[in-house]
Amino acid sequence: MPSDSLCFEANHLSRAFGHGRRRRLAVNDATFTIREREIVSLVGQSGCGKTVLAKMLLRLEKPTSGQLLFRGRPIDAAADPREHWRQVQAVFQDPYAAFNQFFSIRSQLKAAFHLFPQRPSEREMEERVDQALLAVNIRPPDIEGKYPFELSGGQMQRMLLARIFILRPQVLIADEPTSMVDACSRAGILEYLMKLKEELQMTIVFVTHDIGLAYYVSDRIFILHEGQIVEQGTPDAVTQSPTSPVTRQLLDDIPSLHREWIGRAPRA
Amino acid sequence: MKLIRHLLRTPGFLVGATLLGLTLAIAFLPPLVMSLDAYQRVGLAYLPPTAEHWLGTDHLGIDMVALLVAGLRSSLYVGFLAGIIATTLGTLIGVYGGYKGGLIDDLLTACTNLFLVIPSLIVLILLSGSLQEGRSLTLIAVFIGCTTWTWTARAVRAQASSLRSRDHVALARINGYGTLGIVFLHILPYLLSYLFMVFILQTASGILSESVISMLGLGPYDSISLGNLLNQAIRNEALSDGAWWAFFPPMVLITVIAFALYVINTSMEGIFNPRLRK
Repeated sequence: MPSDSLCFEANHLSRAFGHGRRRRLAVNDATFTIREREIVSLVGQSGCGKTVLAKMLLRLEKPTSGQLLFRGRPIDAAADPREHWRQVQAVFQDPYAAFNQFFSIRSQLKAAFHLFPQRPSEREMEERVDQALLAVNIRPPDIEGKYPFELSGGQMQRMLLARIFILRPQVLIADEPTSMVDACSRAGILEYLMKLKEELQMTIVFVTHDIGLAYYVSDRIFILHEGQIVEQGTPDAVTQSPTSPVTRQLLDDIPSLHREWIGRAPRA
Repeated sequence: MKLIRHLLRTPGFLVGATLLGLTLAIAFLPPLVMSLDAYQRVGLAYLPPTAEHWLGTDHLGIDMVALLVAGLRSSLYVGFLAGIIATTLGTLIGVYGGYKGGLIDDLLTACTNLFLVIPSLIVLILLSGSLQEGRSLTLIAVFIGCTTWTWTARAVRAQASSLRSRDHVALARINGYGTLGIVFLHILPYLLSYLFMVFILQTASGILSESVISMLGLGPYDSISLGNLLNQAIRNEALSDGAWWAFFPPMVLITVIAFALYVINTSMEGIFNPRLRK
């Protein structure tokens, strides 16, 4: 269950790119809160600013204006960003693009230990990598000496999740983790995400363009359009009585079979 | 591996590689099988080609084959050294600016543009001309490298700044890697094939630049280079004496090396850049 304490708190948060006439606000005056152990979905069409917003939560992009607090302190309060990344981690959309093609998968999973000021012993690192692989149903010998291009898309996406099992962060930013895999793998990925949430009591920010998916997984949904949060609320409120035309458009865009489910299915 | 096999099937690459192999053979094989001394007079001035001296003699009566071999070695040395310097400088400046972005990038780009608009050949001529003594092959190569890195920097900067927004760089950052780690492990490997092509092109232009300044009489004092041979031929009236063997072979060699390197570069671009592959 979500708790009452706040994980993220954003006040009039904006991020602009470019100068002068070409200046464009990717995120425009966003104000929101995300509670601990809550699953929040950022939903919107391509280019609506959801990834930029996610990157600001990850401390990979700096806000141009406004305030972003993480657990009550400005997100850049610690000089060493690794402190933030030990607590907040991410899964990306395209696992092939997320791994360096020049290094073996295993060495890149082990690279996650860079985040710790004191790295565990070689044996402990190997053991933790093995455990993480088993947690996502991959036998460690299967990826021994393999490179990213030698694995399937579903396997690669699970490698990104294995990284999370290694790091065990408290907050996870999942940027469209299911949009590049087939329907079967998608169910698997969602299952692992839920397993992570249960095991680690995680806060999850789920970025997606699929409002149907967001309906199933989230406690709250934020609808983004042209950098602004045009609507936020519980999945039922957002899908049953949308106030913004953007939300209605997103709901209209899901295939009809799917839409019937939203009307009928009791929420898990 | 597949790329290399593809490359070996490209006619342009094969032509370039064969020509380059031939010039390298001319530079390094003859001293192993015959005695060549580029400082020893073997006959009268401007002797035409004979069975003993295949390309005749120069204005001092030195065997032209010996001079060509020595000159070719120096030219290759200058070219490779200038290529290494220009590629390294340009890559470091470009990658750092492109990855860092912001003010550092703006400053480095401004600096690069400043160097880019200064005509490098004129700077080279002025630099070489201002040095009365101690103009060595190495120094000339350093001059060339230091004046031609600019476009490498620009091209690499563009590539690096597009790579920095890729997911694998974001993942490296949230893995806790610093700027150096990211640049060396996560950006440079992606640029390797490109940098190799840049290096080949910089080497070719290094060889050409050296020939130009040597031909103008501003080359190294202490060694023989292909440009130097041309300069000597012009100054000692090889043209009016009809001694074609004094200037034609060095000219052919310069042309062949530059042509071979350019052809290799173009054919590699066709392989490494899939959009150009037919």
